[in-house]
Amino acid sequence: MSGASAKLSDASRSAAAPSEPDTSALFGYVVALADDALISAQRMGEWIAASPQLEEDVAMGNIALDQLGQARALLTYAGEVEGAGRDEDALAYFRDERDFRNVHLVERDQRSDFGVSMARLLFLSVYQHELYSRLQHSTDETLAAVAAKAVKEVDYHRDHAMMWVLRLGDGTQESHRRMQSGLEAEWPFTEELFDDTHVDAVLVEAGVAVDPGALRDPWHKRVAEVLAQATLALPEVPPAVTGGRRGIHSEQMGYLLAEMQHLARSHPGATW
Amino acid sequence: MDEQDEQRELARFQSIIDDDGRIEPRDVMPEGYRKTLIRQMAQHAHSEIIGMQPEGNWISRAPSLRRKAILMAKVQDEAGHGLYLYAAAETLGADRGELLDLLHTGRQKYSSIFNYPTLTWADMGAIGWLVDGAAIVNQVPLCRCSYGPYARAMVRVCKEESFHQRQGFEILHTLSHGTEAQHAMAQDAVDRWWWPSLMMFGPRDTGADAAPGGHTEQSMAWGIKRFSNDELRQRFVDMTVPQAEALGLTLPDPDLRWNEQRGSYDFGEIDFAELFEVIKGNGPCNRQRLEHRVRAHQDGAWVREAADAYAAKRAADRTAQGAA
Repeated sequence: MSGASAKLSDASRSAAAPSEPDTSALFGYVVALADDALISAQRMGEWIAASPQLEEDVAMGNIALDQLGQARALLTYAGEVEGAGRDEDALAYFRDERDFRNVHLVERDQRSDFGVSMARLLFLSVYQHELYSRLQHSTDETLAAVAAKAVKEVDYHRDHAMMWVLRLGDGTQESHRRMQSGLEAEWPFTEELFDDTHVDAVLVEAGVAVDPGALRDPWHKRVAEVLAQATLALPEVPPAVTGGRRGIHSEQMGYLLAEMQHLARSHPGATW
Repeated sequence: MDEQDEQRELARFQSIIDDDGRIEPRDVMPEGYRKTLIRQMAQHAHSEIIGMQPEGNWISRAPSLRRKAILMAKVQDEAGHGLYLYAAAETLGADRGELLDLLHTGRQKYSSIFNYPTLTWADMGAIGWLVDGAAIVNQVPLCRCSYGPYARAMVRVCKEESFHQRQGFEILHTLSHGTEAQHAMAQDAVDRWWWPSLMMFGPRDTGADAAPGGHTEQSMAWGIKRFSNDELRQRFVDMTVPQAEALGLTLPDPDLRWNEQRGSYDFGEIDFAELFEVIKGNGPCNRQRLEHRVRAHQDGAWVREAADAYAAKRAADRTAQGAA
């Protein structure tokens, strides 16, 4: 997969200046960032009116809104890069499952357990913070601007998740047990965050994209610090076989999209 | 405080009320005033948080990302309103946990409107336009309520509610002027929400199905309530009819017509038998709403307990450090 795309971009590099990588690679990169944010917002939104306390309804609403805002900016940009006239809604509502590029971490059902959600938010927000803090220096002006705004938002998400992981890890016996099992449940899906096979090497070389593999060590260090402080153990669960970046999703993704897209698709061409 | 002091303080309370001033948390007040306000603020807060459910029902299905963001922000505002109002009730010595317990055990009510289901996307428009519109008419006078913290909370709530109402109107306007199917969806939602919205003002002031008991009269004397149910309902109808015309939607009342003499709209008979059934617990969603609320609270108990335990540990650490 990576070999083929590297070869393809080698060819395009000779045709275009290095500062202008081919648009389909850039489109794919931006869509993957957007889809992580969009699908995470969709799941996070499920907590509104169902969280452990009112303050948390507000906080999770904030986080979902931030993620949705990031997704909208990125999808809009992806549509511009593609140049086929698709806007944020065309991309969110009228793409089929195989064309979504988000990781499995964000798409699976989490409703049952706040510990699972906070484990997931910790893993995602630490990753996104490492990502956006680098991407804000992207040579692509739009990505740099989106990342500069997003890095401040995910800093808050990370802080929120860390505070809950501390409270739950070092709270009661039951919360410690449930937080640990939340970590174990989500851990296998973290490796996919660092999968670099979908990111064209030319984009990284040109300083447009961040190499996801480079985020693994700082991510791991930060997560290990938080878990140690929370008296929790770093999970030793092997990574799951996933394929989100290639459009191979979990069974739950179909239901998520069915729910998210059905109304828009029932009225094609309508304005809302 | 001896009896003479107390009499003097109560006289001071009455003179503040008479001068249209504001009572503050530390002021002496009659026990009935305190109880009435705690109950009213709590029921208002309960309505805000139960009201998150019918709209939360469409967050996952909102038909555009812009609408999804607006709806999420709106439901989040409602959680915020719940927070201000519980906090306002706490200024009178109530405890949020205890008030929630009264809600969860059915001993305190919330607005019956939220016991109706949200069946289509257009319901997001109808709730914003009609339900929030009716809430504003009810709540604007509360910005002048004699109890300071409640009045101040309501100023902020009303600003946000009027924003919500405009959003609801805009949803319906877009649908009404959209495709045929969208227009029909908007009309159907207005057909279903119109009469329940009129019931939000409560029973009639007089007649066979008037509100029992003397709550209204006493609340008026204390400057908590400023206008009667029927006055507020008429104000809502008069405000809403021209807006329906602007939307290109019909209000489902054949008796609705302008009365030149009164300078107001006449409207048809409200089915109060239905309202009383819904209040009694037999509305379409009463059980569902309460069960959802109780389940969220119970499922989150371990999280709240952990937060308390963690806070206690950190407080103990600080004490130990202080002693060392």
